[in-house]
Amino acid sequence: MLDAKLVIDGLGHFGPYGGRFVPEALIGALEELEVAHTSALQDPIFQAELTELHRSYSGRPSIITEAKRFAEHAGGARIILKREDLNHTGSHKINNVLGQALLTKRMGKTRIIAETGAGQHGVASATAAALMGLECVVYMGEEDTKRQSLNVARMKLLGAQVVPVTSGSRTLKDAINEAMRDWVTNVENTHYLLGTVAGPHPFPTMVRDFHKIIGEEARAQVIELTGKLPDAVLACVGGGSNAIGIFHDFIKDKDVRLIGLEAGGDGVETGRHAATITGGTRGVLHGTRSYVLQDENGQTVESHSISAGLDYPGVGPEHAYLHDIGRAEYRAITDAQAMAAFALLCKTEGIIPAIETAHALAGALQVGNELGPDATLLINLSGRGDKDVQTAADYFGIPL
Amino acid sequence: MSTNTELDQLFVKTRAENRAALIAYIPAGFPSQAGCHKVIEVLAKAGVDAIEIGYPYSDPVMDGPTIQAAATQALENGTGVTEVFAALKHATEQGVAAVVMTYWNPIEKYGAAKFAQAIADNGGSGVITPDLTIEESDEWRAAVNTSSINPIYVVAPSTKPERLVKVTDQCGGFIYAASLMGVTGARTGISSGAGELVARLRKVSNKPISVGLGVSNREQAKEVAAFADGVIVGSAFIKAIQDAPDEESGLAAVAHLASELAKGVREAR
Repeated sequence: MLDAKLVIDGLGHFGPYGGRFVPEALIGALEELEVAHTSALQDPIFQAELTELHRSYSGRPSIITEAKRFAEHAGGARIILKREDLNHTGSHKINNVLGQALLTKRMGKTRIIAETGAGQHGVASATAAALMGLECVVYMGEEDTKRQSLNVARMKLLGAQVVPVTSGSRTLKDAINEAMRDWVTNVENTHYLLGTVAGPHPFPTMVRDFHKIIGEEARAQVIELTGKLPDAVLACVGGGSNAIGIFHDFIKDKDVRLIGLEAGGDGVETGRHAATITGGTRGVLHGTRSYVLQDENGQTVESHSISAGLDYPGVGPEHAYLHDIGRAEYRAITDAQAMAAFALLCKTEGIIPAIETAHALAGALQVGNELGPDATLLINLSGRGDKDVQTAADYFGIPL
Repeated sequence: MSTNTELDQLFVKTRAENRAALIAYIPAGFPSQAGCHKVIEVLAKAGVDAIEIGYPYSDPVMDGPTIQAAATQALENGTGVTEVFAALKHATEQGVAAVVMTYWNPIEKYGAAKFAQAIADNGGSGVITPDLTIEESDEWRAAVNTSSINPIYVVAPSTKPERLVKVTDQCGGFIYAASLMGVTGARTGISSGAGELVARLRKVSNKPISVGLGVSNREQAKEVAAFADGVIVGSAFIKAIQDAPDEESGLAAVAHLASELAKGVREAR
């Protein structure tokens, strides 16, 4: 049976995946971070501080909501939503950000940098920086600053500096490149607050550790509500942080299917997608070995998705491993399928989800219809859709 | 590991001449495939001792804006592994030692053993891998040993003493010492970190040490050549080409800069 931690050595490997592929200049900072994280895990004062922030600042535990009207469209299966959208700042991202911001202070650093795609991680980072008195610089692809201008304004209101990145494809992957360049240069006083379970060790394990509370809470909540474990747990996967967060506590429950929904864009067969596990190959990107969208020369290929938060040509190494060993399944959801599920949740449940999250909801419609009315599905409602109103209005032809 | 590449022979020679070697970096396919080959010829003729052929990569996190722009242009020119090996071969045919500098993923995609053998087959001496950590290098180590080429790793001012020993043990040809904490690109002055890092390296290794990052003119080359075995210049050559109104004057600017730098590395000691 699987080791629940899934890390098979001290170098952050998940089978052949993970590890550290970075300039030597960053090794010292990664080792420092690993030590800080490991010691914080065992420090009751740190844990108490984080728990209190969860309780009195971000609003944990997040509730679960049974989506009965939505379920009528999902083969009658029981659909239970884990409401990470109700966290302060509107998504699961705050869990990781609060943890890493506390670690930043623990390491005596005064400045954080972050990358952001949809802007949710940037907003969460700017929020934590404001709360803890840290300087904050957020790198965001120029393309994304246009798609998510409301979140850019939010970050600025919170006192962060937003740097539009004009290199490469001007999206999330280029924002990460720019953040890494900043980090190499300013590593002495700066922590790179990476927003997903990718990047060099210890980021994939550390970010997972800060998000696994999602699954721990949800597992107990579902058992309390239904008297048993769910049949499947579903989450959208870009880099994969909300998915790992809700999956992790269920890995040991081998009868519970874990299903990640990737961004299929116009369809994986068109080449215009961001479904890295479904349509990618093994490679190294941004410091870790995983699945990557790449060409025959190992050059990263641009990803495409209506959802800025899933528009990334890589994926966390733990997901790659869970896929290869068959513990988790990954499917691609097209833009059109995601937007249909988005609209359906709005109208059946009175909840506007993030477009990222809508991919998980589209997956729930598929899996519910496959499994039928006896099944119970737990879906991570990872974020709310306020930031996506403009995109959705454009998509559905609602005049603004 | 014991190799006898052109690069190994170069440092025997420059040590005998009591001077530092001048090493130039140019990405394959920049400013064009033919243009890159002309730049290589000009560099060799102007007194450069060794050439690093850059493998242009889509996500160059160690590079500043100058090399990023050159890499983008090279990729738009259709540069892939074939063009990289062609440029490498062209450099070795000019009578200089030549290596490839590449991020890890293109090697992984091509196959480590196959890549190392192709380097050797094209007359190359080794490969500089700026984002391959020694912890991830088992497969690569086996490949370079089989093909008898030099694995060149980069160390930084922040590299701790015990780690310097581990990394330098794995290095062949030379040790690439990053002069500062930052990305590639011209700087106004040489960081004091460069001399300190080289001094720390001398205590743990007698392998040749080359210093890169931020060297762009004769004065700086002279300064670094006083304490290092090799001086690496990249962005300054690229900038000379980018700033030139046409190819002809770009090549002239490269020739001028290279000959100035070649004087710099010879007047330090």
